[in-house]
Amino acid sequence: MSAALDKVTAPDTEEGVAEAVRAALAAREPLAVEGRGTKRAMLRPVQAARTLSTRALTGITLYRPTELVISARAGTPVAEIEAALAEKNQMLIAEPPDLRALFGAEEGATLGGVVGANLSGPRRITGGAMRDHVLGIRAVSGEGEVFRSGGRVLKNVTGLDLCKLLTGAYGTLGVLTEVTLKVQPAGEATGTLAVRVPDLAEGIAVLSAALSSPFGVSGAALLPEGHAPLGLDGPVALVRIEDFAESVTYRLGRLRAALSCFGEVSMLEGAPSRAAWRAVRDAVPLGAAPEGAVWRISVAPSRAPGVCAALREAFPARLLLDWGGGLVWVSGPATAEAHAAVMAAAAVAGGTFTLFRAPEALSAAVAVLPEEPAPLAAIGGRVKSVLDPAGILNPGRMRAGA
Amino acid sequence: MGPALSRVALADGEAQGHFDPMIRLPPPKPEILARRDGILADLGRLLPEDAVIGEAIRLRPYETDGLSAYRQMPLAVTLPRTTEEVAAVLRYCHANGIRVVPRGAGTSLSGGALPLEDAVVIGLMRMNRILEVNYDDRFAVVEAGVTNIGITKAVEGDGFFYAPDPSSQLACMIGGNVMMNSGGAHCLKYGVTANNLLGLTFVTIEGEVVRIGGQHLDAAGYDWLGLITGSEGQLGMVTEVTVRILRSPEGARAMLAAFSSVEVAGQAVDAIIGAGVIPVALEFMDKPCIHACEAFAHAGYPLDAEAVLIIEVEGSLAEQDMLLNRIKEICDRFEPISMKLAESAEQSLAIWKGRKGAFGAVGRISPDYLCMDGTIPTGELPHVLKRIGEMSAHYGLGVANVFHAGDGNLHPLIMFDANDAESFRKAEAFGADILRLCVEVGGCLTGEHGVGVEKRDLMVAQFTPRELALQRAVKSAFDPGWLLNPAKVFPLEGNEALAA
Ligand SMILES: Cc1cc2nc3c(=O)[nH]c(=O)nc-3n(C[C@H](O)[C@H](O)[C@H](O)COP(=O)(O)OP(=O)(O)OC[C@H]3O[C@@H](n4cnc5c(N)ncnc54)[C@H](O)[C@@H]3O)c2cc1C
Ligand SMILES: Cc1cc2nc3c(=O)[nH]c(=O)nc-3n(C[C@H](O)[C@H](O)[C@H](O)COP(=O)(O)OP(=O)(O)OC[C@H]3O[C@@H](n4cnc5c(N)ncnc54)[C@H](O)[C@@H]3O)c2cc1C
Repeated sequence: MSAALDKVTAPDTEEGVAEAVRAALAAREPLAVEGRGTKRAMLRPVQAARTLSTRALTGITLYRPTELVISARAGTPVAEIEAALAEKNQMLIAEPPDLRALFGAEEGATLGGVVGANLSGPRRITGGAMRDHVLGIRAVSGEGEVFRSGGRVLKNVTGLDLCKLLTGAYGTLGVLTEVTLKVQPAGEATGTLAVRVPDLAEGIAVLSAALSSPFGVSGAALLPEGHAPLGLDGPVALVRIEDFAESVTYRLGRLRAALSCFGEVSMLEGAPSRAAWRAVRDAVPLGAAPEGAVWRISVAPSRAPGVCAALREAFPARLLLDWGGGLVWVSGPATAEAHAAVMAAAAVAGGTFTLFRAPEALSAAVAVLPEEPAPLAAIGGRVKSVLDPAGILNPGRMRAGA
Repeated sequence: MGPALSRVALADGEAQGHFDPMIRLPPPKPEILARRDGILADLGRLLPEDAVIGEAIRLRPYETDGLSAYRQMPLAVTLPRTTEEVAAVLRYCHANGIRVVPRGAGTSLSGGALPLEDAVVIGLMRMNRILEVNYDDRFAVVEAGVTNIGITKAVEGDGFFYAPDPSSQLACMIGGNVMMNSGGAHCLKYGVTANNLLGLTFVTIEGEVVRIGGQHLDAAGYDWLGLITGSEGQLGMVTEVTVRILRSPEGARAMLAAFSSVEVAGQAVDAIIGAGVIPVALEFMDKPCIHACEAFAHAGYPLDAEAVLIIEVEGSLAEQDMLLNRIKEICDRFEPISMKLAESAEQSLAIWKGRKGAFGAVGRISPDYLCMDGTIPTGELPHVLKRIGEMSAHYGLGVANVFHAGDGNLHPLIMFDANDAESFRKAEAFGADILRLCVEVGGCLTGEHGVGVEKRDLMVAQFTPRELALQRAVKSAFDPGWLLNPAKVFPLEGNEALAA
């Protein structure tokens, strides 16, 4: 999808976004919806003559540290939001990834992009996903109408929660113009235990033991290939604690004692610990080849070793496990055979898959997400026609012909 | 909620009873009422004999829920034991254009489970089995009729718990929790129901059974799990729920801090959170509430205080000490009247005793009360409490305020006398004024009890007509004939789907 530059509209007001959608509707012209377009290679290519970008719709509109809420326009760079939060020792709870380094890109993500794609990082295992922290949205429907859902308070069950519906809808149900998120204090200190394990099953057992402890683990990853820059030989299980300094010291000590029966345990504190988790968050240890494909598989953690074994059998898969083993990052050749193996492994394990990145030749030819059961697919079609009756927002982004 | 209160919810056009009806229900479908015997017979063929109720005396327990001010006898009640039976009833009702009202334990405080005259109630209390507990992957699969406490009871022997803990947890069921997206005293740290779910078995109004989510964290595609959670029975029925279970903390301890003004207590809350401390619970009580609780529980609450904070922390003993001391140092800056740090589990219980009994305590000083449930930005608390005080004087009705101070969820308890129609009318008007105020200051109508019938007509204060139309259209995408729990959540006004 290479939209010519003059075909990109980037309004700097919400009303401008609404007008652009209404114009597209009047002309019956589909729109590719994006922030900075950095995730174009994700899921399926959109066939649209015009692009509507929210990149010019920027700025933090409300930040109340003591109320744990921040609101910003959709085009605000995530980095800007993280910097504002860091000034008050707070953070985005879901720890969304910044995948620039891996993909050699220059620009960083926008808020609308990470919410539109519901991208969460390592803290998702105990802190919740991006979608768990979206308190409110403003958006423009496919009819060019502005609507709101949720609000700016932490607890709200008023009406149907359209925030959940639009989070992770990849711009197919509306153009997000403003998002309000719940935030949290950043832990005063952080430390990581690295446990050398003989194989993946043993690594999952380490993570399960850590997550079943009362010590408030906030990250649980397994690096089958290790991570040389941090001096970690694979396979290695990583367990993170973030909290007040006294607590981190105490809990790392208790956990270390509890996990030492699994293998040699070493400790990373402060900067090296942060570096390790930044790498996991951004899928750096996956070492994906630029021309290859990248998948994410979501399964019950105990099913992950089976998934990994099946994939390694099918193709030279590179792997990275996060969320206690519940998230399997996979990279491999961008072929229909490899994709079929991913689909089969996810299905056998009762989980889901996403073809996260692939050359168009592959992503346009296969199902990038699992099929939905027929009754849900029918409901999905009706929901789409409620919010985008003419089907002009990101047609084909998630599924062919939808 | 006073048991003495009985008020009939009347359908449009029906003769009025003793009181003016405060809540309108859509006109019943005459052809359905006329076919009642045939419908009961059909249901009797679909389900085991003991699963269908038609006699008035056995229908009576289902005529109301936690909002007992409103009562309405249903057409029939069914008590299925399996997902297939639920699907069969829904399929039949859908084919015959019969409305259904799903029901868990019936503890809804917003009238969410209030029947309709022409509706079949589908009660899930017999689906009460724990199907699977998995500690390796930290989830439990339970049927929708398992009580909230039942989940924790099933796993606590192994050191685990299910986090959301509504005060009604002994009675309310996980299916009801999912549909109301219920919270609890500990949701500041652990989140509400929506944040603790992995999957559902969902039955559409057509009677199709679909599995949503599973044992994994991320859905691929639209977030149906998120949309269905908190949808108040508008989109379909839930028969099985996969919840996350968590390892219990090493221990927990509470403290109490009393302040000379509401403003100062609010500033102390801000300072605690501003310092990066997120306690597991952070509860606020105002003076009328403190007095009611103290008279009831003799918990040792200071009666000269204008506001009391109950704060709970978790961790090892040393961690509890560390956190409580940090919080104490912060509170010290706001010249508290008194502070009490629990030194044992017993002392923690004593501190909590008054708060946990708050509703009962208010029930002792007033024959009846309405429990409201708005959310406000926490910074607005002093202003909101001042305005509530003014309203209380205006209506001549007492009010006691409990507040989940960390997340802004306010529960004013409005005291009235149910034997006095005028008093009830005033209490409802007072409650509506409070909720409008919550919206006005940037909050919302309901933080955890749901819209139900109670706040249905106030939805226009929070949403534009177009926004409401959009939400209604999303419901229609699931339930085109508006057979599922109609007359709840959305104002009747302007709703073509329910027009006679
Ligand atoms: C496979 C892959 C490839 C990547 N390639 C690059 C790259 O080439 N360059 C780079 O800088 N980073 C890249 N990244 C890193 C990462 O994706 C970005 O840092 C960031 O997350 C994308 O944010 P964005 O605002 O650009 O999102 P976008 O790509 O613009 O949007 C992502 C999705 O959200 C939707 N969306 C965006 N804005 C809105 C809105 N306002 N309302 C509704 N929906 C909206 C879009 O329609 C799209 O479906 C890549 C990541 C991955 C996983
Ligand atoms: C004393 C008291 C204290 C309370 N404290 C709290 C509290 O601290 N926090 C809080 O959040 N709430 C609280 N509540 C409110 C109430 O307990 C919750 O809303 C609870 O989740 C309702 O569960 P239930 O099983 O009683 O559901 P019901 O009241 O039976 O039903 C609730 C709604 O869900 C629908 N429904 C129920 N089951 C299903 C199903 N399986 N499929 C589809 N729809 C269904 C019903 O139609 C109805 O709309 C309290 C109530 C009382 C009486």
